[in-house]
Amino acid sequence: MSACTLVSVSTVLGCHSCSRIDMFSKGTKRKFSDDGDEMLDESLAGAQVSSSYSLQRQSLLDMSLIKLQLCHMLVEPNLCRSVLIANTVRQIQEEMTHDGSWQVVTEAFCGGSQSPSERLVATEVLCRSREQDAEPKLFSVLSYEGCREEEVVADETLCSVSVSDTASNVCLSESARHCWERDELVDADRDDETCESSRLGPGDDEDDDDEDDDDEDEEVDIDEESPRDNPKTMGQVFGTFEIKNGTPGPDSALEELFSDVDASYYDLDTMLTGIQSAPKMGPYDLLDSLAPSHGPPSIGSPSSCRSDLNELDHIMEIIVGS
Amino acid sequence: MDEEIDTRKINSSFLREHNYATEADIISTVEFNSSGELLATGDKGGRVVVFQREQESKNQPHRRGEYNVYSTFQSHEPEFDYLKSLEIEEKINKIRWLPQQNAAYFLLSTNDKTVKLWKISERDKRPEGYNLKDEDGRIRDPTTITALRVPVLRPMDLMVEATPRRVFSNAHTYHINSISVNSDYETYMSTDDLRINLWNLEITNRSFNIVDIKPSNMEELTEVITAAEFHPNHCNTFVYSSSKGSIRLCDMRAAALCDNHSKFFEEPEDPSNRSFFSEIISSISDVKFSHSGRYLMTRDYLTVKVWDLNMENKPLETYQVHDYLRSKLCSLYENDCIFDKFECVWNGTDSVLMTGSYNNFFRMFDRNTKRDVTLEASRENSKPRAILKPRKVCVGGKRRKDEISVDSLDFSKKILHTAWHPSENIIAVAATNNLYIFQDKVN
Repeated sequence: MSACTLVSVSTVLGCHSCSRIDMFSKGTKRKFSDDGDEMLDESLAGAQVSSSYSLQRQSLLDMSLIKLQLCHMLVEPNLCRSVLIANTVRQIQEEMTHDGSWQVVTEAFCGGSQSPSERLVATEVLCRSREQDAEPKLFSVLSYEGCREEEVVADETLCSVSVSDTASNVCLSESARHCWERDELVDADRDDETCESSRLGPGDDEDDDDEDDDDEDEEVDIDEESPRDNPKTMGQVFGTFEIKNGTPGPDSALEELFSDVDASYYDLDTMLTGIQSAPKMGPYDLLDSLAPSHGPPSIGSPSSCRSDLNELDHIMEIIVGS
Repeated sequence: MDEEIDTRKINSSFLREHNYATEADIISTVEFNSSGELLATGDKGGRVVVFQREQESKNQPHRRGEYNVYSTFQSHEPEFDYLKSLEIEEKINKIRWLPQQNAAYFLLSTNDKTVKLWKISERDKRPEGYNLKDEDGRIRDPTTITALRVPVLRPMDLMVEATPRRVFSNAHTYHINSISVNSDYETYMSTDDLRINLWNLEITNRSFNIVDIKPSNMEELTEVITAAEFHPNHCNTFVYSSSKGSIRLCDMRAAALCDNHSKFFEEPEDPSNRSFFSEIISSISDVKFSHSGRYLMTRDYLTVKVWDLNMENKPLETYQVHDYLRSKLCSLYENDCIFDKFECVWNGTDSVLMTGSYNNFFRMFDRNTKRDVTLEASRENSKPRAILKPRKVCVGGKRRKDEISVDSLDFSKKILHTAWHPSENIIAVAATNNLYIFQDKVN
């Protein structure tokens, strides 16, 4: 099977625009190339071509998940692109299942009777055990000073803490080392939401939590499903959050965690259409406050700039913790 | 093989005082009308600019007709969907001309959600001599009117006006990617990611759904419709392409809902080339019937394929557009370029294919001689009346003097939209916000 050389990710062949994804691509590039370089150095010691391939595959998976998450910003996401990315993710997950790498990862998580806090500990343990592989460039979970953009983005994606018992969190497991800084995982018995709140800083909009929770929610759902359920898993990407419809197993824990999330969020095609719950401080509010500072008005430019601006705003908002 | 050697550039941003590239000026569609007399472009700002070919002058027979701006109008405005809290972009996704039936011209233009029928007509006379109002339009005092006169038509400066005649809205949940006028000239279809609707050109409040691939459970969605087109001669036949690289041909006589195809065109995957990106690069971005109706052309990320309608299991011909990108797919996935939707066009005699690439390159393939050429649409490299020089991309090893290496390609300069005159060797190439028109040299 041919594997693309991800290490060449750092040279983007002179592509400068690709406006929407650009900053994330750059950040992702730095992250992954650093990661890749380090991992390659260490895996060279083991001289395993296959681990390089699995790293590349993992990077591709992470990249795809980030892309999916960034899909629902202001303008309705491109369905064709989302479908293609989701199919790629599914493909990777299926291959990882056949490889057994899926299983290896899930073995780190204990059986089904854990509470969310225990699972957090499990994650921490997982991180600790893989410390020798861990990259030094870990994220500060609790504070955002000096936190780089790409870390923030990856944080959102990958910080979906395991709340499931069984086959789960493949994404998290291998990426956990990217995400959590061991020492920062102070209160292991805090549940997801408070962790989220503290991450976003005090005084953060309740609805930003909702949105992040929702993102996290999606991530958890994607991770939570067993590999056999891949189509169902991917379905989360396309809306109809099935949480309420009783997927087996860890649902009660999930529901408990997200019980105060606005239920109106769970609409058909939510992922596609990016329905945002009403009280959220809309991107338009941000845009309105920014509008005067942006260039000569031209026909159509407010709306076309808007999506870019709002993505930027969203990220800045998280960084600044406003 | 046609060498395009007479070049003429028309910068569509002439409408603006400044020549900086604003996003609204990015051309999003280009289309000749059925006679080739008119050329329409749509841009990201929702505007349509129509160019008309000058009549050939007897005084200067060596000068072929040039295209000049004929009409400009704002077709679509940005909208906001309050229910979903989402913007609806005003970008014109497609323009299709209707065949000309009288002095006026009609075209369909569409954004993501709404199709509009525009009438473009000329006015070169105006009535003068009204009884109740004077020439300025002011109402005349009735007591001053002592005689009746009949208004007469007097010539005036030519005015071209565009008026919206029909608005076809509220029929698409997802983004419209194609429109196609039926050969019966009464109906047309609009296609979004999951559904195809059939409209009558006269009726705006009703449309028929003829294809629906939306699964009842959206979780099972793995394939979307990427393009669709009516057969040029058979009014009952149309095709639609999918993101998985397949084309379905449907016959509307078979059933009201054409979810079951009559023919299914798909090339089996080459197992030696398989990668995680195989599906993405197999996604078809454009499908076009040949003028004869015998063949079908499809464009996926790296190739152009010609299919015979009578052979479903593999294409007749496959042309590599930029195979040197095959080893760069991961980077192209990262910067989203792998999702770029390139279009493809036939020439008037179905002997040459044309499609765009990166770095402002576009490619032509001669089906008869099997020769191909890469040309560039850029200011620096083409002056008016200059000969277009073939370009070459060097893949590795030693780079010759005029070649460009793969790593120096500019992926922000992509040619997605091109058009070929229906009968002559005149092509229109949209490079971001510039429109280039090239024609054959006149002997």
